[in-house]
Amino acid sequence: MRARRTAVGWLFLAPFAVVFLLYTAVPTVAALGFSLTDLRGSDLRHPLAVDFTGLENYVRLFQDDAFVRDILNTALFVAVGVPLTMGIGFALALALNSGVRRLRGAFRTVFFAPVVTNVVAVALIWQYAFHADGTVNRVLSAVGLAGPNWLDDPHLAMPVVIALGVWRNFGTAMVLFLAGLQAIPRDVYEAAALDGAGRWRQLRHITLPLLLPTTLMVSVLLTVFYLQVFDEPYLLTDGGPLGSTESVALYTYHQFGVGELGVSSAASFVMLALVALVSVVQFRLLRPRS
Amino acid sequence: MTTVAALREAAEPATGRTTVRRRSVSQPLLYAALLMCALLTLLPFVWVLGGSLRSLDEIRSDPGAWLPHHVTLGNFTRLFRTQGFGRFLVNSVVVAAMVVVGNVVAASAAGYALAKLEFAGRRLAFGAVMAALMVPFTTVFVPQFVITVDLGLADSLTGIALPAMALPLSVFIMRQYALSIPDELLEAARIDGAGEFRIFFRIFLPLAGPAVATITIMSFLTSWNNFIWPLVVAQSMQSYTLPVGLAATSQAAAHVTDYGLLLAGAIVVMLPVLVLFLFLQRYFVQGVAGTGMR
Repeated sequence: MRARRTAVGWLFLAPFAVVFLLYTAVPTVAALGFSLTDLRGSDLRHPLAVDFTGLENYVRLFQDDAFVRDILNTALFVAVGVPLTMGIGFALALALNSGVRRLRGAFRTVFFAPVVTNVVAVALIWQYAFHADGTVNRVLSAVGLAGPNWLDDPHLAMPVVIALGVWRNFGTAMVLFLAGLQAIPRDVYEAAALDGAGRWRQLRHITLPLLLPTTLMVSVLLTVFYLQVFDEPYLLTDGGPLGSTESVALYTYHQFGVGELGVSSAASFVMLALVALVSVVQFRLLRPRS
Repeated sequence: MTTVAALREAAEPATGRTTVRRRSVSQPLLYAALLMCALLTLLPFVWVLGGSLRSLDEIRSDPGAWLPHHVTLGNFTRLFRTQGFGRFLVNSVVVAAMVVVGNVVAASAAGYALAKLEFAGRRLAFGAVMAALMVPFTTVFVPQFVITVDLGLADSLTGIALPAMALPLSVFIMRQYALSIPDELLEAARIDGAGEFRIFFRIFLPLAGPAVATITIMSFLTSWNNFIWPLVVAQSMQSYTLPVGLAATSQAAAHVTDYGLLLAGAIVVMLPVLVLFLFLQRYFVQGVAGTGMR
């Protein structure tokens, strides 16, 4: 009877389990294995030619100035992108939740649209908008400013890349904050208003503290997501100019592109470690509540 | 990220309750600010639509302009006649269909088992689902590619679709939904002597409509917008999906600055999902409100 139940259960799980084993479990273990070898693209047909090299790839990674630079680039993307995305998302959620009754649904739809929009298409638009004689510079020249060639400037390319990331994701933050705001009981505000608390004091002493769990969740979600940033720099600049926008994920992809599968896997494990670290923090912070 | 956000979006009640009445002085200002933000958000969409409808000559003479003087569909015609976008479109649709069917089948079965069946290894299996949600794509794509090559699926639509055919998020959505269905319902059928598969097909699945709808929409979105994996697997134009085709066209056209063609391509890639989003927002809401996810 027990054996039968187990068989039935696993039969139901089988389609998912097969794909999971083939495309998540085995690849994760394999990537760890690859990262400890000198595997190259040309070795795939002759697996026996591959040598075990221990932690050599990892040592090489941290001796590689490009990889260290890419970690800093990724950190910059997270450090600037997360607060910006959250700030815009929170402001919009607050406005939609407390100030606006008409057109609420329409506004929400508009602000969420970038989230479902295809990134390749959007990046294309972004490229032309920030082109030397693109839309942005046209607007600037209308007010008498000479616009730079944004994506070819090592100092200006990253802000544009971050801006695209923020544009694509603030809708996500907004919707999460909206859900959090709607969970705050209305009578708390009424009681505060009776006690003479103004809007700013209500925001500071009621909204923000009660929204803390949502804020933590959004920040962790975005951090994990932005740590893996790939699409925006790949499509806008391919990591350039001079590597100023290359992220860790893009480094991994470029190493894969030149056939350095061992190095690529090692870099991806450094990222996995970072993501796992943040995820563990997430579980720690969110568990007690739910 | 898209999917998680959409989930939350859905979990939110369609009509939010209004909060305490505020002083109305700030209202016009607030609306003005929101309208500004909305316009800024929509600007790229307007610009791409305008650009896609302009002729090549018009764009060359005035590259930064917004709206076409003469509306033409010439860019779209060229896209499908000479750039192979017909093929890419068909490929995207085929891959999305495989992904949606795969997710509905795999996630319905797995989600039901994880929520409603008692068996050895269930906790382990659920742990695997949660772990799979966390593993970064960058970590697994190299071995995934090696496996795809070994299976003889490189440069094929099946190779592109397969990894996404049983997304952990779909399983999670179905499990959460299944938890909300009373055990008594299934127990009654068991007492009547119905087998597990009969119960699944005759009792559970008919009740799981909202979750199936959500999974359909989510997995379609994931598949349609997926870019890196198809980029890695597709090696010839024969198996390009729309995003990969657009990226390739964009790289090829960068020197000739054929904006109109690329913007038309962007429209073809974006439009299906945006239309779907506009019309199915309600189904997102209904679907996931039922899963009890918050």
